[in-house]
Amino acid sequence: MIRLVNLCKSYPTSQGPHEIFRNLNLEIARGEKVGILGRNGAGKSTMIRLLSGAEQPTSGHVERHMSVSWPLAFGGAFQSALTGIDNLRFICRIYGIEWRDKIDYVQEFSELGPYLREPLRIYSSGMRARLAFALSMVIEFDCFLIDEVVAVGDARFHEKCHAELFEKRADRSLIIVSHDANYVRDHCSKLCVLSEGEMSVFTDPDEAFDFYHKAIHLQ
Amino acid sequence: MTTPAMTTPAATAAATAASPRPQLSLAAGLVVQQRVIAALLLREIITRYGRHNIGFLWLFVEPMLFTLAVTLLWGALKLNHVSSLPITAFAVTGYSSILLWRNMPGRLIGSVGPNLALMYHRQVKVIDVFLSRLLLEFMGATISFITLTLVFWTFDWMKLPEDLLQVTLGWLMLTWFGCALALLLGALAEEYEVIEKLWHPFAYIIMPLSGAGFIVDSLPKVGQDYILYLPMVDAIEYLREGFFGSAVVSHYDMGYTAAVNLLLTAMGLAKTRVISQKVVPE
Repeated sequence: MIRLVNLCKSYPTSQGPHEIFRNLNLEIARGEKVGILGRNGAGKSTMIRLLSGAEQPTSGHVERHMSVSWPLAFGGAFQSALTGIDNLRFICRIYGIEWRDKIDYVQEFSELGPYLREPLRIYSSGMRARLAFALSMVIEFDCFLIDEVVAVGDARFHEKCHAELFEKRADRSLIIVSHDANYVRDHCSKLCVLSEGEMSVFTDPDEAFDFYHKAIHLQ
Repeated sequence: MTTPAMTTPAATAAATAASPRPQLSLAAGLVVQQRVIAALLLREIITRYGRHNIGFLWLFVEPMLFTLAVTLLWGALKLNHVSSLPITAFAVTGYSSILLWRNMPGRLIGSVGPNLALMYHRQVKVIDVFLSRLLLEFMGATISFITLTLVFWTFDWMKLPEDLLQVTLGWLMLTWFGCALALLLGALAEEYEVIEKLWHPFAYIIMPLSGAGFIVDSLPKVGQDYILYLPMVDAIEYLREGFFGSAVVSHYDMGYTAAVNLLLTAMGLAKTRVISQKVVPE
């Protein structure tokens, strides 16, 4: 279970603190699939980083009673000067697992071929997404945090992600940020809409999207 | 704005009830931290030195070349007129000491930015980035100091230290000073850009005053009293006394150096904690 307790977050700006979240409370059970919706700048990625523990809330706290992945996003989590293999080594070392047995899996899933031994800075965003996804599957988390990275990519990548996440790891929790309404609708049982510092939680996707579209157009 | 059909469920009520946050035990935390620092250290070696030519050997070859060049220069300039000490040992102890404490702040100032991506992993903290870099600097300077001493000793250009324990203690005090200063400046630099700008001229000015190129006993009495307020001067004097023994008259107050180090450490750790709370991984 993950629990947000009275979570507040604000960022300093030149015009004073800018509030992103005001007193949010939420529980995410083991195995639950949660979609996060919100317009640009509503705080979706911030929410994912707070859930992961990479960033600290201004007040309140996040309780993690299961192992939670790092945010799988386009940027972050890797050193772009290093090769794919070096990043695999680093990730395995900080999570305390042996990297040598994981090379084959990463090679096969990411389909990077010789590029696995080249620095990340020359990768395309699709290649980065494949590597990021493969590396996070190497560590067995109870809960995966996915910021946009899965919903995009080509059909083949999409199919492989689906097999890894929704078939092989159907019992895990997922928290997904996506602009792809159909993807979220198909995969999530709970939808959180972020708007104006508040979070509204829905179990019916139609109500959620209705609210989301109103929120977008009101501002 | 319309009211949402269904707001945060039972969570609100549950949240108000006091519930203990899951906390790692101190021992488990240390295991994780040791893992992270080791991983950062290896990563740092690859990004800094690469796998080309001599690779990670640059770690101590670079400071060795510096010290070697300075030793030759000082020898050529007959800088030993400031003391009766053998010039090679004088230069090696002096310049190695400077490299040890002066490079540490330089390595920590601005070190958070290039590592922000790695802070997507919750176990990677600012303090881990700092500690891994400090450890690397310490290793480089120490291996360089030991290697040069042994090399010059085999060529009979200098003698081995008279009191190895005292040299070690002096070296560790200098290390502590360098680490503490680096922690404070590294953390402050995240908040105030001016720190980075000021550090370079400051490091440049402080270098000739740091006791590397002179011994305190050669100064006039009034100068001696003031110069010993610089904590690294005391530590170098102590180290040299260990190295040369009775051949040199040393002036130091290691209690004072320890007190300054302790103060800098406390301030550095406190500031590091503050910036850790604010860091936004990218």
